[in-house]
Amino acid sequence: MDEKALRGLIGKVKAGKLSRRGFIHRMVALGLTAPLATQMLAYSGVAMAQPKSMYKPTKRGGGGALKVLWWQGATLLNPHFAVGTKDQEGSRIFYEPLAGWDSDGNLIPILAAEVPSLENGGLAKDGMSVTWKLKQGVTWHDGKPFTADDCLFNWEFSRDPATAAVTIGSYKDVEVQKIDSHTVKVIFKKPTPFWADTFVGTAGMLIPKHLYADFMGAKSREAPTNLKPVGTGPYKFVDFKPGDMVKGELNPNYHEANRPFFDTIEMKGGGDAVSAARAVIQTGEYDYAWNMQVEDEILKRLEQGGKGKAIITAGGNIEHMQLNSTDPNTEVDGERSSLKTKHPLLSDPAVRKAMGLLVDRKSVEDHIYGRTGVATANFLNNPERFRSKTMKYEFNIDKANQILEEGGWKKGADGIRAKDGKKLKMVYQTSVNAPRQKNQAIVKQACQKAGIDLELKSVTASVFFSSDVANPDTYTKFYCDIQMYTTTMTQPDPERFMNQFCSWEASTKENKWQGRNITRWQNAEYDKAFRDSEGELDPVKRAALFIKMNELVCSDNAVIPVVYRPRVAAVSDKLRVVLSGWDNDFWNLKDWYREA
Amino acid sequence: MGNYLLRRLLIVIPSLLGISVVIFAILALAPGDPFEELATNPNVPAEVRANLRAKFGLDDPVPIRYLRWLTAMLQGDWGFSFASRIDVDDLILQRLPSTLFIIGTAQIIGLLIALPVGVYSATRPYSIFDQIANLLTFIGFSLPTFFTGLLFILVFSIYLDWLPFVYRTDIAATGWQWYWEHFKQSVMPIAVLGLFQGASMTRYVRSAVLDMIRLDHVTTARSKGLAERVVIIKHVVRNAMIPVVTLVALQMPTVFGGAIVTEQIFRIPGIGSLLITAILANDTPVIMAVTFVFAILVLVFNLIADLLYGWLDPRISYR
Repeated sequence: MDEKALRGLIGKVKAGKLSRRGFIHRMVALGLTAPLATQMLAYSGVAMAQPKSMYKPTKRGGGGALKVLWWQGATLLNPHFAVGTKDQEGSRIFYEPLAGWDSDGNLIPILAAEVPSLENGGLAKDGMSVTWKLKQGVTWHDGKPFTADDCLFNWEFSRDPATAAVTIGSYKDVEVQKIDSHTVKVIFKKPTPFWADTFVGTAGMLIPKHLYADFMGAKSREAPTNLKPVGTGPYKFVDFKPGDMVKGELNPNYHEANRPFFDTIEMKGGGDAVSAARAVIQTGEYDYAWNMQVEDEILKRLEQGGKGKAIITAGGNIEHMQLNSTDPNTEVDGERSSLKTKHPLLSDPAVRKAMGLLVDRKSVEDHIYGRTGVATANFLNNPERFRSKTMKYEFNIDKANQILEEGGWKKGADGIRAKDGKKLKMVYQTSVNAPRQKNQAIVKQACQKAGIDLELKSVTASVFFSSDVANPDTYTKFYCDIQMYTTTMTQPDPERFMNQFCSWEASTKENKWQGRNITRWQNAEYDKAFRDSEGELDPVKRAALFIKMNELVCSDNAVIPVVYRPRVAAVSDKLRVVLSGWDNDFWNLKDWYREA
Repeated sequence: MGNYLLRRLLIVIPSLLGISVVIFAILALAPGDPFEELATNPNVPAEVRANLRAKFGLDDPVPIRYLRWLTAMLQGDWGFSFASRIDVDDLILQRLPSTLFIIGTAQIIGLLIALPVGVYSATRPYSIFDQIANLLTFIGFSLPTFFTGLLFILVFSIYLDWLPFVYRTDIAATGWQWYWEHFKQSVMPIAVLGLFQGASMTRYVRSAVLDMIRLDHVTTARSKGLAERVVIIKHVVRNAMIPVVTLVALQMPTVFGGAIVTEQIFRIPGIGSLLITAILANDTPVIMAVTFVFAILVLVFNLIADLLYGWLDPRISYR
């Protein structure tokens, strides 16, 4: 689908012939994210939907205690230091960003008065700046007013390298100006299509200037507020024990009417995912549990006659197999899988194509992951209802055999195909994790029937996912032929996600294997499309570029998507939650309530 | 005595140094990085991780890091956790009460079971009571705590729905309600540890009493015409307690070890679960501190055992 076709579709939405959801559905089918699709509509003059709130309570408080279980407890409560999502979630109880992302990818204002757009003048036409109007009358938990100075301060705090904030990526390349007490302007160095990063979502939570001003840079660890957060959120801080417990109580001055519903919130950490699921779904001891990495079979069993259920939320995480473009067995300049080599077997498109046909995704979904891993052909994914009906994956051993045969790979006496004396023998690695080992076995079996011999290898997760330069078994080194893991999409915009196929991102010895392009797949056309997208302000043209990139990667079988991994949470039957795959679980905690 | 104590304490110092070197070296050799999660997050530039590593001194050679840790430790500075950036001693102090409460109560319950059952079995060896007690103790100490823990959860929390299986330190209740809630949530972990301890201690008590009951002085006491109760309590149990007390003291470190698993299962915020999370997060200062605390406990309880032995048995002298 090119730019013209996209414009046609947007025209249909404008004329009311195509629903917003229908449009988003089609975009997602093309491998775009919902937030991007929504932005395309916004840019073309179709206003962002302001979904009706499902919030029913008519007064603040009175809801009793909300008890949530995080099997990895929050260890710190400063959003700028939040190493993992558990820390972000703990911080999100007390701190808020200017806006958050809902499940359809709409930007929802929280501390902002409105979402910037071309119409309200918030977005600059040249893409060089965005102006945020802040909500009036918001106060910090200690009663001090929330103003533009706080936004300015967060930018200064985070971009200071001495602070070593994990949010620095969202702040270091922008300039923030105060226009008046409730208006800030974010200025970009170059035209920036994805403007909703600074002050938005997980990296956008704002800390109070008046409590942190004396703790900039290297002194930031000593700030007492790190342990006693003072934010603007629906709940006020009560108690914190790192790794164990975060407690909050209702904020009587919260800036939205009738919210929050609960009088107290208690976030308990520790233990394991299965017993957390039990405590919510089976015994009802807790109301909500995060990140249920539990086999679907167990979840289903717990749900029968239980007091809760598993809620599946779409995001962008994908379990995929990577085919190495370089040779892992030849050492060049002290590094294997060097860019100067070509993979002896996988550089043949026939072999890659055959591999794609030999992954039985349906069985992987049915027998291993269930609801928690949905078979897919897309590298960029979304909820099931949005999934492409045109892009198809296929499992066909005969066809794979035929392709290999035509490609000149003949079966030897041992049943393994070979060509020019090179046998189709490969090493397939992943991390130690029961579902992954089952998945490996399924692929190996099919490959055997097609005359490909796979040697399975599993590496302890703490080694596989480490960035230890001295260890040859890390996934970034990719010293084998095929590997499999889940790549996460941490931002609603696909730009940072799609850079993992750019040539300059290739993971090499030179960049200490910190490059994001692990497959080392290189394609000049892809690189150009990516470069173009970086400066492309028109979301429609930009979307067309992303579609092209996606097609380039998928049609060349650089990676084989296996299953899409949605987020799974355990929720009590009576609790009403608003979740999103593009933001924290607690992004809309203010709207959580319990039905009688 | 004073001389002996001083000598023993002096031996403790090189032992602790040796232990700390070994732990530090193993941690340094193990794969992993406290900021691993940042490496896989594309939104975080690689410089941030490099910056954090430099800031926390992780890039220096291992001997230098060790010396830095040691000098700080000698000055009473335990360092701060990489994960929560909080001082380690605060973290441990936060966690210690839960652990002490659970382990202490479990130990007391274990003793309360072991003493009467062990003594009674020994006075009537191979009776029906002894046979049953034997069977139960064998079952008791053959089943690992993680198994009994899960079994208890399954039976009492899930099928019967009597007890909660998530342990909370701050219960929002006052007065009797608080005690009741606290009792309900502590029953299972304490029972798991207490029964395990009780089972093995029963064995010790029984065999110690059996050894003693056959000795001549007991026969003498009996032939003097003393009541059986007096014979057992004054002449048998008192003497039999000497090895038992030492064993209880020596076992204390093992109890802490067993508590790690139990804490994880019941989500008790003790130092055991702190150690596990720290290991998973490669949080070196916390791992060092907690293992160090465990090492000190082992050495101290060894010392206490030796001292108690001499105190209970005047025949032993310290030289």
